[in-house]
Amino acid sequence: MAAEKLKCKECGNEYPLEALYVCERCFGPLEVAYDHSRLDDVAALRRRIQAGSEDVWRYADFLPLSGPPPGAGNPEIPLAGVPAGWTPLVRAERLGERLGLHDVWVKNDAANPTHSFKDRVVAVASGRARELGFEALACASTGNLAGAVAAQAAAIGLPSYVFVPADLEEQKILGTGVYGTNLIEVRGNYDDVNRLCTELSADRDWAFVNINMRPYYAEGSKTVAFEIAEQLGWELPDRVIVPIASGSLFTKIAGGFEEWLSLGLIEGNLPTMNGAQATGCAPVANAFAAGKDFCQPVKPDTIAKSLAIGNPADGPYALDLARRSGGAIDAVTDDQVREGIALLAQTTGIFTETAGGVTTAVLAQLATRGDIDPDERVVLVITGDGLKTLDAVRGSFAARQIDATVDSFEECIAGAPLVAQAVA
Amino acid sequence: MSVAVKIPTALRAATGGESEVSVEGATVSEVLDALFEAFGELRARISDEDGALRRFVNVYVAGEDIRFLQGLDTPVADGSAVTILPAVAGG
Repeated sequence: MAAEKLKCKECGNEYPLEALYVCERCFGPLEVAYDHSRLDDVAALRRRIQAGSEDVWRYADFLPLSGPPPGAGNPEIPLAGVPAGWTPLVRAERLGERLGLHDVWVKNDAANPTHSFKDRVVAVASGRARELGFEALACASTGNLAGAVAAQAAAIGLPSYVFVPADLEEQKILGTGVYGTNLIEVRGNYDDVNRLCTELSADRDWAFVNINMRPYYAEGSKTVAFEIAEQLGWELPDRVIVPIASGSLFTKIAGGFEEWLSLGLIEGNLPTMNGAQATGCAPVANAFAAGKDFCQPVKPDTIAKSLAIGNPADGPYALDLARRSGGAIDAVTDDQVREGIALLAQTTGIFTETAGGVTTAVLAQLATRGDIDPDERVVLVITGDGLKTLDAVRGSFAARQIDATVDSFEECIAGAPLVAQAVA
Repeated sequence: MSVAVKIPTALRAATGGESEVSVEGATVSEVLDALFEAFGELRARISDEDGALRRFVNVYVAGEDIRFLQGLDTPVADGSAVTILPAVAGG
């Protein structure tokens, strides 16, 4: 494996591949640096990837483990854990048609084992944590990460400590506690939870996947980009639309494309990168609109709780990426989020949580604004399942109740005819 | 006025391993100056050339981010805690 060191994204100072996440010299975030000099046979590399397992470990050459992937083939870490990644990339003809676009695709990461993209980052962070000898997993979460960490800990037989804001959606609480984790509800928002966990991580010997394991965790997000390129036949899309919470997924998807471009695994240019936020928590979109290169933190107030990070640490990098790729960072209202959920569901059969409603609504907003050429190949990254945020669709439709008789049915539809065609 | 400043792990090499340091000051700015007076190495790590906080440094007074208060001019009550932490992405 080719991970070589940790490197500060701000000042370039280097560190060993340990449980470190912040530069001692300038406080910048640390990132994994690789030596890919041995990956010079592109055709062989593609064949190896294609012959790989149908999960994130098919991209092991680009992930920061020092040994082989977890599982039966690795005596050091024999339990494979929750199988993450290799989710469907679906052609969305009817969604495109509705928006006047001809080549729209949905990367459906709700199809992961705990129904969000977080299984990817947890697979990588927990793999590295086990290599480093940690005996407990922990995280600060807006909800999806909580379930992913709890499930992974259960699968690999480690205790886990999961910290969430106390006002989280009930579905996410239930879908986390079931795995037998230590679930801690913090009275405060995600930024309070994150601050608390950053303090706790200093004095506890736990692998906080998104704090002291953060450099490894973040690498897992690159696999979204790798899969998109591979599933499109080793080609890049023209544009990718990604939700932004901390900005980590957004920047790492671009990082994945750039890593493969630099190796010649794919050809072309970095896609136009569009970020999506909810207006109730839009520090990055606000900074983009104001032409600033840093984010003023906000107090979140939106139904898109999985994106409710008021103080996004990768905000400056997300702003830079949107600008240099010719993209933008847009925000949409909670009503648009609900409409986005319905639009995606009724044109693709994919039911997404509120974050996916944000992403779909931003696609619609860009299309309406005329920012997207109709022939562009656009990929919408859907990060989580609608069953996690059921309140967002409650009351949005009516069912009809009848007796179990033909007469009752006829009477019912006489008053209000059934709709005999699909929406849109 | 005595204020307890919590030092993050990444900066403890500069404080001789201390995780909490007691200094005097009535605002965040005064507290940080007193801290830099005691531990000279900290200044360049937390502040940029213009004296502003580096962009990945978060400072909290009694648990609240000072960017929601009055920034470096935020008053610090006697006996309250100032926490310095790195910004961490990924939720």
